[in-house]
Amino acid sequence: MSTSEIDRQWTTRLRKRTFGKLPPEKMLPDTQPSYVSSWIYVFGVATISSIVVVIGTGCVLAIFGPQWWHTSPEGRFVNSLHLWSVEIFFFSMVIHLWGKYFMAAWRGGRALTWITGMVLFLCSIVTALTGYVSQSNFDSQWISTQAKDAINGSGGGAFFNLLNGGQMLMWHIVLMPLILVLLVGVHVVLVRIKGVVPPFEENAGADQ
Amino acid sequence: MGSFLFGALINLNHPDHYFQWHFLGISAANAIVIVLMVATFVAALLLPFPGRRRRKENQ
Ligand code: HEM
Repeated sequence: MSTSEIDRQWTTRLRKRTFGKLPPEKMLPDTQPSYVSSWIYVFGVATISSIVVVIGTGCVLAIFGPQWWHTSPEGRFVNSLHLWSVEIFFFSMVIHLWGKYFMAAWRGGRALTWITGMVLFLCSIVTALTGYVSQSNFDSQWISTQAKDAINGSGGGAFFNLLNGGQMLMWHIVLMPLILVLLVGVHVVLVRIKGVVPPFEENAGADQ
Repeated sequence: MGSFLFGALINLNHPDHYFQWHFLGISAANAIVIVLMVATFVAALLLPFPGRRRRKENQ
């Protein structure tokens, strides 16, 4: 068998492409450039950590259901953990976003990292909205009847109906978490492939 | 006992406060969160990162 025949295998090609672009030392590096030792770089990881708590507490809510999370002290506690980890998630994501904005961290071929970040931000808002209307209380009724007009005005109401509790719950606990987790994966792998963006002084005028 | 342990430190069981400035309105809760985010952002830029010195010494 000639080498070219082996090269045509999809397993061989996939391995060469993956490990060519992202060898293990780049995926999980030992060190980072000195400018990375700043608190501003902590907020991306803080965002990941809080989304882990959000999904974990969400799974507990899914196991026991609305009666439990509205009435029992334990249920309300886990419900609160879910809410407050979402607060920390958005809080750290916004500081992360500001940091990357002022670093112009899309420089040097990092546009896709920025774009996946923007899409993550928008998808997070949709996830939060579907979460608010999935509470199954007066708050969720109020929010869904207020927000439906905006969705209907945009034409999206035909397939995204805020008054359809079942549909909103499924978006909240299936589709949106799936999209968020996949996108976070792509976002972080892109950062690892390109490496952390260097500060302005080092490449002034080089790659704007 | 349960409500003593898990109740919020601040009583939140009332209609929310709003700041109104001409046509601009914002709830106190949202305003507080924004102020805290800006403060945390500034702190993240100014506060020294622990371990920074140690790494320099090792070099
Ligand atoms: C679910 C939300 C998000 C998560 C979990 C996340 C996570 C991360 C992590 C772990 C890093 C690397 C470490 C760091 O620099 O902090 C990173 C880098 C980056 N993030 Fe995010 N991020 C999110 C949202 C965003 C948003 C909303 C934006 C901007 C619109 C953004 C833009 C960037 C950029 C441009 C980089 C690359 C920085 C560089 O190359 O130096 N991210 N992100």
